[in-house]
Amino acid sequence: MEELQKDIYKIEKVELLPVIMEKKNDYWRLLQICCAFADGKYEVTYSFASGYEIANYRLVVEKDEEVPSISRVYKAAIFYENEMKELFGLNVEHMKVDLQNKLYRIDAEVPFMKEEDK
Amino acid sequence: MPKRSIVPFGPQHPVLPEPIHLDLVLEDEKVIEAIPSIGYVHRGLESLVTKKDFNEMVYVTERICGICSFMHGMGYSMAVEKIMNVEVPRRAEYLRTIWAEMSRIHSHLLWLGLLADAFGFESLFMQSWRLREKILDMFEISTGGRVIFSVNKIGGVLKDMPADMLNQFVSILNDMEKDLRATTKVFLEDYTVKSRLVGVGILTKEDAIRRGAVGPMMRASGIEVDMRKTGYAAYNDIDFELITSKECDSYGRCCVRIDEIFQSIEIIRQAVKKIPDTELSATVKGFPNGEAFVRLEQPRGEAFYYVRANGSKFLDRMRVRTPTFANLPALTQTLQGCQFADVPLLILTIDPCISCTER
Repeated sequence: MEELQKDIYKIEKVELLPVIMEKKNDYWRLLQICCAFADGKYEVTYSFASGYEIANYRLVVEKDEEVPSISRVYKAAIFYENEMKELFGLNVEHMKVDLQNKLYRIDAEVPFMKEEDK
Repeated sequence: MPKRSIVPFGPQHPVLPEPIHLDLVLEDEKVIEAIPSIGYVHRGLESLVTKKDFNEMVYVTERICGICSFMHGMGYSMAVEKIMNVEVPRRAEYLRTIWAEMSRIHSHLLWLGLLADAFGFESLFMQSWRLREKILDMFEISTGGRVIFSVNKIGGVLKDMPADMLNQFVSILNDMEKDLRATTKVFLEDYTVKSRLVGVGILTKEDAIRRGAVGPMMRASGIEVDMRKTGYAAYNDIDFELITSKECDSYGRCCVRIDEIFQSIEIIRQAVKKIPDTELSATVKGFPNGEAFVRLEQPRGEAFYYVRANGSKFLDRMRVRTPTFANLPALTQTLQGCQFADVPLLILTIDPCISCTER
């Protein structure tokens, strides 16, 4: 785990679920999950809060790589993961509820990706 | 064994101000499961950052919501200001605080009206919205708008409120407080109102954390978190107590919101007393480069803004996690086990804003 800047840590894929379990066991709440696409890679940032404290964990994955779902640990992640999948085309594996790109019912495929990145 | 059936609820329903659909799995009149779906008003405003100048985006973010429009502009501005290390003048911070608290009063009064309407108390609905009208008038006097205000900018605010206007507002709020006491007393003490709220839609403290609830929904489950206590804008100069409830039910959520109305009035009074005489905005030069996140307390709860900039006038990414988006999983939790007749009321207790949620 590498600290990118204050409160943002870069993690590897294998570290994700242990980190999530640790947060859950310590009663941290899921604040948000944010997906961004930069330099040909997805950046997925998981934010957790406990009181006023905040911790962000960033996972960087290749375009065609899958990201493990955390929705079986944090049910609140269901909407965030479906949103990332629908807007950015991020492959999230083993989602508790897969809405099949019908969360926002958008006609365009992966609308938040630039044409050149699709 | 009771018969199971699925009842579609929404997106068009008398109690829903905005479209959301729920598939309710029922056993007789008892809700076993609720599966929400949205997607009727998605606009993709976040993706406009790659096409619009970062200064113009303040006005786009305001259009995320018609109720907390001011706070969306403020949250976005704060995130860009954080990246650019802009020191916002104290008067602008105070003005932002005053407008934010006015937004909170008007949002909570709107909610109280909708709640009264949901259980068929029409006169109470009209009284709540009559009071809310005064806040909208104050917005119109100070900003020129009643829904979209366009007073935020990167580095400060565009409009000032002179001393006589601020004093006039305090006087309006003082007069309003008496009417508010009378109206909110009905919500808190009336037998019929309490019979619809007390013990309905329980969300325990543990469930609120597990489901990521925010704002009054979370505080009504006994969790002491209010982002204003982190001291953004002028809140570090304001003395106020955190409002919570241990009821964990719809009545507790109602109590928290009502108490917050009076608290907001007090915050405005303090802000008017302490407001310094400085510039309204700082000079902003260059383009933002870097990333920042900001959390602030909207009327419906904690909102999260993430901005990533690349040194040009267009941003790479903007993310707004609105309070209703965070409260949807908690809503499904409160619906489990409730009576079918309580569903409209329970949807309202999260104070849903679907246009915020879908952005």
